Amino acid sequence: MKSVITTGKTLEDAILTAAIQLAVQRDKLEIEVLEEPVKGILGIFGGKDAKIKASVMQSTGDLVKEFLTELFEKMKLEAKIDITETEDAVAVNVSGPRMGILIGHRGETLDAVQYLTSLAVNKNTDKYKRITIDTENYRCKREETLTKLAKRLAHKVYKTKRKIVLEPMNPFERRVIHSALQKDPHVVTHSEGNEPYRKVVITLK
Amino acid sequence: MVELVDFIARALVDDPDQVDVKRVEGDDIITIELRVSPDDMGKVIGKQGRIAKAIRSIVKAASLKEKKKVTVEII
Repeated sequence: MKSVITTGKTLEDAILTAAIQLAVQRDKLEIEVLEEPVKGILGIFGGKDAKIKASVMQSTGDLVKEFLTELFEKMKLEAKIDITETEDAVAVNVSGPRMGILIGHRGETLDAVQYLTSLAVNKNTDKYKRITIDTENYRCKREETLTKLAKRLAHKVYKTKRKIVLEPMNPFERRVIHSALQKDPHVVTHSEGNEPYRKVVITLK
Repeated sequence: MVELVDFIARALVDDPDQVDVKRVEGDDIITIELRVSPDDMGKVIGKQGRIAKAIRSIVKAASLKEKKKVTVEII
């Protein structure tokens, strides 16, 4: 965290000096008073300046950006990072020339990056924020693919009267399958097995 | 690859000073050895090895261009 120690005739002066030195808005500063100002006689003699330590407050979004920038640099992956932060979540969109590497097989690498980012930035905060990382609309497209797959398999279950067990999926992907078939008149879905091998099962109603 | 594992491990543990990463070169395999303080073992392994698996996935992706296979061992 960036911080400076400044002095001023009043606390206010010291804070303003800090804001200028750190080049941020003053409401982004966390202030720690090191020495209260003491007014001298007639405001001239024996007075003591205020001394403060001002640190730039970092939002979870800032932390995410910092973490990913260094991670991609060490992975030798050229990438642009866009952050959208809301009350309880941070959405990241990554773009660059070799995004296939970042996604990995079935999004394995993207999930790993997302998971570790969430752990790293939520480690020292009291307020947990959900982190989602996407690139080239992968998650959106994956959701579409899974929804189509679910519909096709539901039809097959209905035709053959046999249950179908899908391959292991992460919670997000299983949720997509469940919600795609929630209103299906012929089949029901449930999950079986333990993480990370939990699978969705589609059975006849 | 050492810097990558070192960076990830430091970001996850409570005691970053105890993180130690070594590269051991084999004939056709490179092993990245990760050591952390005993109290932080859970922080780099995770429930059912989920964190360890994520670290390995990222290392695998970053080492696609290497001629040798790269593995991560937590010791």
